[in-house]
Amino acid sequence: MGHIVIDNISKAYRNRRRQRRAGDDPELRYGDQILVLDHIQLEFQDGEMVCILGPSGCGKSTLLKIIAGFDQPNDGRIVIDDRTVTRPGSDHIFVFQHNGLLPWMTVWENVGLGLRRMTDAQAKAERIAEYIEMVELDNFEHHYPHQLSGGMQRRAELARALAVNPELLIMDEPFSGLDFLTHMKMREEVVNMHEFIRKTTIVVTHDIDDALIMGDRIVVMSGQPSGIKLDRRLDFARPRDFQKEPALNQLRNEIFLMLGVPYAV
Amino acid sequence: MPSDTPLMPRPWKTRLALPCVAFGLLLLAWELLARFAGWSTDVFPGPLKVFASMGELIANGTLLKHTVASLFRVTLGFYLAVLGGIPLGIMLGRWQNARLLINPMIQFLRPISPLAWIPLAMLWFGIGDKPAVFLIFLSSFFPIVVSTTATVSAINPIYFQVGANFNFTRWEMITRVIVPAMIPGTITALRISVTIAWLVVVAAEMIAVQSGLGYLILDSRNALRMDYVMDGMIVIGLIGLLLDYFMRRLGRIESAGWHN
Repeated sequence: MGHIVIDNISKAYRNRRRQRRAGDDPELRYGDQILVLDHIQLEFQDGEMVCILGPSGCGKSTLLKIIAGFDQPNDGRIVIDDRTVTRPGSDHIFVFQHNGLLPWMTVWENVGLGLRRMTDAQAKAERIAEYIEMVELDNFEHHYPHQLSGGMQRRAELARALAVNPELLIMDEPFSGLDFLTHMKMREEVVNMHEFIRKTTIVVTHDIDDALIMGDRIVVMSGQPSGIKLDRRLDFARPRDFQKEPALNQLRNEIFLMLGVPYAV
Repeated sequence: MPSDTPLMPRPWKTRLALPCVAFGLLLLAWELLARFAGWSTDVFPGPLKVFASMGELIANGTLLKHTVASLFRVTLGFYLAVLGGIPLGIMLGRWQNARLLINPMIQFLRPISPLAWIPLAMLWFGIGDKPAVFLIFLSSFFPIVVSTTATVSAINPIYFQVGANFNFTRWEMITRVIVPAMIPGTITALRISVTIAWLVVVAAEMIAVQSGLGYLILDSRNALRMDYVMDGMIVIGLIGLLLDYFMRRLGRIESAGWHN
């Protein structure tokens, strides 16, 4: 199962520049630190693809690191299927923006990273091969990450994450740094993958279109400290198309305005 | 100015011929200086005399004996420094409190030349191999610790997060993340510190032992045999060249796969 509760998460940092700007405003302060996340409360259903959208610096990456267990909140807790997350673990895998593959291991070795405890060598090899095939890297098993294109590296990392059958997949800006066409193709693959395996997936992005095309649900964060501006289910049929779905377009414009950015220039 | 393309690998003949040209010119300058500088051949022997006496030293086994003695001391002192320095460097690189605790002390001890330790080394370890090995150990230990610390603390933190995400144990974090990530940097560090160790062996052998290339040079000076002194210097240079070559090969083999 992959039922996730983000329970009343607050996070504060020491940051001199922002601290000065905050002055004595009690809303922005947490002790002598500056509040970044202010009592974030969210609940995700099993199998949901949630896109968290927000301007850069709004604390969405911080929230993601806390969900992964890389960082600890000052307040609140993350609960996956009734278990509180206290540290990273293979039931909730973080997919990095860049360099997530270990460069001294081949694609095969990287995908097998979470399967080290499998004692049945043949079953393990079949599993690795299955996931490499799923992301269409079958001819690149023995390549090192630096020999792959950016898109192939992301796919290999996705295969590695899925191979351990996690309850939750956490993706941080999964398409950043890819060229436009690779971005579009990769987006389609992530959606197809999600339709197929139905794992709870959290995608953080600053791209409004990506969030609306991909998400079963969209969460908009903004402000300082960050709060939830919008949390909405997206019940649009797939494949989604802004041109054929006026309501989707309407929502897109709303979000632009919400973030204080004009959608028509 | 001729256009230079640094990325273009030169053919092996060029790579062999160019250094030979430099060595040839060095020999020529040596010969000319020895002949026309006005010193007697006992004070400044020319290459022919030096090579002839090298033949003698090789034939009677002296040169081999001293070379082996020096190599033994360097190997032992260097291995001890690697065995102590790399684990300590990993610890300092990973563990900030340890770094705060020990690093200033290391930075304090590091600039003290190993040669300054000679009186203490002789008092503590007497004469024989031990003080020489100790000095060589000192000379390579600090550079190895310092560069290992730097290499390990520069490892991309993402790799540790990936390890934690896939439930790596502390041991797996060392063997699957730290060690592979640090290898390219460490080989460079070893290459530099083995050269330093080789520099120090000669000085160490001038004080406490009756063998080794340093001893050969000192003993030949006392006998006023400058040709033997130069033989010793040539062998030291040649072995330094070989050590550097082998360390570089090692680096290339190791990082051939993943390191670009």
